[in-house]
Amino acid sequence: MTLYILCFILFLVGLYGLLISRNIIKMVISLTIVEVSIFLMLILIGYVSGGIAPVVFDSQVLENKLVVDPLPQTMVLTAIVIALATNSMILTMAIRIYKKYGTFDIHEISKLKG
Amino acid sequence: MDTETYLIIILVFMIVMAIAAIHARDLLSSVIAQGAIGYGLVLCFLLLKAPDLAIVQIVAETITIIIMVAVLHDSTRFETRFPICRRDIVNYSAAFVLAGVLLYYFVHAIAVLNPFGEHTLRMSEAYVYQAIEATGATNFVKGVLWDFRALDTMGEAAVLFTTAIGVLAILRLKGKKQSNQ
Repeated sequence: MTLYILCFILFLVGLYGLLISRNIIKMVISLTIVEVSIFLMLILIGYVSGGIAPVVFDSQVLENKLVVDPLPQTMVLTAIVIALATNSMILTMAIRIYKKYGTFDIHEISKLKG
Repeated sequence: MDTETYLIIILVFMIVMAIAAIHARDLLSSVIAQGAIGYGLVLCFLLLKAPDLAIVQIVAETITIIIMVAVLHDSTRFETRFPICRRDIVNYSAAFVLAGVLLYYFVHAIAVLNPFGEHTLRMSEAYVYQAIEATGATNFVKGVLWDFRALDTMGEAAVLFTTAIGVLAILRLKGKKQSNQ
């Protein structure tokens, strides 16, 4: 239970950063923190204490042994790669915004838009 | 010490680093703190018996840091600071109220989850106990990824491809000339 709550506090710190920061780079970093907390939450739910990692050499190893759930691990593997892709997309847009307006501050940008 | 204690220590470190990343004055230190969070996640994955994820996360985190440092190198390291205005006070209070409400409901919602470490395999039982006969894969994560749920992986590849095209389209400096001119 403590682990789940700590993981959710990490999520809340990321959400707080998204709401209060005015800098685009800091917003991207906060988004990354939120992503990290969600990945960790899914893996925490799938953990079986005393289980072995889901890599074996033949099926006899599996007898009388617990295995960590491989399904959340697969889903998180997909999600990590997609998070990398979206992050690089956001950072590309951020650098274009900087080239156009000369600042990362969102209030300044909305003022300059006129 | 057992796994749970180690995980609690790493998670507290990650939370401290997250607060440091949000409140740092220099954007480069924010990026470094974000790297600390990412590598803390790698340690958590290793403790939670997920070696594939640890490998993928360490690569993804390194690439993210390289891209972020490249962006900062091309722009500015320093965040412009302004005195607190009324809009900031609204933002801060909204953030704290939202965090409190979400935490309250989360504590009630996790009562239906199994406690940590007592997960029961439901659908994944088929993946674990049939993987070797059905797919020949000794790594069950790869067996699910490339065989049982290969269509999902194809969708992931499509997303990656689309993002690569999008990044190219945004970063291109000159527009394409029209052919009839």
